[in-house]
Amino acid sequence: MELQYWIWIAVGLSFTLYIAIAIISRASSTGEFYIAGKGVPPIANGMATAADWMSAASFISMAGIISFNGYDGSVYLMGWTGGYVLLALLLAPYLRKFGKFTVPDFIGDRYYSNVARGVAVFCALIVSFTYIAGQMRGVGVVFSRYLEVDITTGVLIGMLIVLFYAVLGGMKGITYTQVAQYCVLIFAFMLPAIFISLMVTGNAIPQIGFGSSGSDGVYLLDKLDGLHRELGFHEYTSGKKSTLDVFLITAALMVGTAGLPHVIVRFFTVKKVSDARKSAGWALLFIAILYTTAPAVAVFSRTNLIETVSNKAYASLPEWFNKWEATGLITYEDKNQDGMVQYLADPKINELKVDADIMVLANPEIADLPNWVIAIMAAGALAAALSTAAGLLLVISSSVSHDLIKKMIKPDVSEKGELIAARLSAVGAVMLAAYFGINPPGFVAATVALAFGLAAASFFPAIVMGIFSKRMNKEGAVAGMVVGILLMLFYMTKFKFGWFGGGTEKDWWFGISPEGFGSFAMMVNFIVSITISNFTPEPDTEIQKLVENIRNPDED
Amino acid sequence: MKNKNTYWKTNLKYLVILLSIWFSVSFGFGILMVDQLNQIQMAGFKLGFWFAQQGAIYLFVILIFVYIYLMNRLDQKFKNKV
Repeated sequence: MELQYWIWIAVGLSFTLYIAIAIISRASSTGEFYIAGKGVPPIANGMATAADWMSAASFISMAGIISFNGYDGSVYLMGWTGGYVLLALLLAPYLRKFGKFTVPDFIGDRYYSNVARGVAVFCALIVSFTYIAGQMRGVGVVFSRYLEVDITTGVLIGMLIVLFYAVLGGMKGITYTQVAQYCVLIFAFMLPAIFISLMVTGNAIPQIGFGSSGSDGVYLLDKLDGLHRELGFHEYTSGKKSTLDVFLITAALMVGTAGLPHVIVRFFTVKKVSDARKSAGWALLFIAILYTTAPAVAVFSRTNLIETVSNKAYASLPEWFNKWEATGLITYEDKNQDGMVQYLADPKINELKVDADIMVLANPEIADLPNWVIAIMAAGALAAALSTAAGLLLVISSSVSHDLIKKMIKPDVSEKGELIAARLSAVGAVMLAAYFGINPPGFVAATVALAFGLAAASFFPAIVMGIFSKRMNKEGAVAGMVVGILLMLFYMTKFKFGWFGGGTEKDWWFGISPEGFGSFAMMVNFIVSITISNFTPEPDTEIQKLVENIRNPDED
Repeated sequence: MKNKNTYWKTNLKYLVILLSIWFSVSFGFGILMVDQLNQIQMAGFKLGFWFAQQGAIYLFVILIFVYIYLMNRLDQKFKNKV
């Protein structure tokens, strides 16, 4: 059957499923809209968290990025999984015990101040918006590649779907659609990976496959290191980033993960404290399936790519090469006019540019897999982008309707009024996100990675100290959050957008890249908070009791 | 009061132990000591590289499930006494 039919069937079926789930599980109260009525079983919550967490970037781009950066790609692998250990051990159980609706709820109550709440809302909105624009863009790219519509139409279709089930279902609807989306996306990612591993190494488990040898008896990684040396790239299994930078970027991603509001809020949806711990464990297990496969896919496709194109005649390249060339994601320029492809590290003589994103998307074609596998990949990529967009949307709408309207502007709003406000702000947020998806500002791609730095520099210290230190007061926490997020914003706008005089790599403070700077800003946040709280009065006994209560898992 | 303190102190003890393992495997083996460990070959993997791209992630999963087990046991022990 034609590829195009398969794709319409796979995407159509999966979308029908999401919408059916949303209709069955629509929300009827604010409790259901914000936190699914606290009734989600831990395994389901783990799957939903995994889908929420793994975005278009994890599904489409990550393996490609690793494939081009080798060892340096480890920062994403460790950074985006290690944060779950921090979540499970330091945050999730206590925030669940606290038992309100949002992260700014916790900050505002624990630090007995609407200033603190306001700062937290501001941070949550900045982090979530930078993130969601990237997701809508991802939806548009996948639609345009697979359904052959233009990107704008793609974004609009995606927007309508998300709008429908997020606005109708709230957290309850999102949770169960995310469970379905996890199943779709993990199946779509694993299937080609297993096929390719079998083809290249004869081993069906990719995680073991990329440590074994191909048909020539040479270990795959040794072969790849050799190819890289020949072509002038740095060795695949060793990096070119400085150790300090790798350390700090990993730390910023880990801590940022633990501080992302759309991830944290998922732990508010379970029945009891022990379920919050369990769902963090399940979530990481489900995420680890994709994250341990990605580096294997990276190695297979890197070797495949080099062997297929390097020093081959341009005219003899396989069909997929020309197909992707048409999308502009592969470009070839015959600089020395010999009709061959020279793929080299030196930019002066290199003739081939390959976009990291196609490594995963083109994989089934490179490996010559049947059309229905490609169709499932398309449905999987859409599931990854939509599930993350929906989770972020909910954080944005609850920040506006609950934290801003209910807690700060109009405390006497009725539950019905608040629910309407929540739905309206979800509609507003989708439209804004769709606008950015259609007209992406240049900074979106650059800032998505930095959203982690912002979350690390602002939320993480305030939440952790709110739980583990009874002495931490509002003066310390607010000062720390403000200094942390401003410092991070300053450094990232200075070195990414050239504000405040700009600067190049040479001007980085202590050689720290903007991506790794979140760790530094987080340390500054901790130091400022602790110092200031020592010179200001300690919180009163009510708050100390609240902290005692959070630490005690028993329900009253 | 005394029970409450013991419960919290035991929890903190677990946290310190588990987070030390978390730190030494990811940041230690995977980043700081990666060059030394890369001298050791395990099947087709250099060991440091393997920890950075595989081993650390497996360990993260194990650590969370160990914590779940330890805390469930602790919760049982202190049930209704905290």
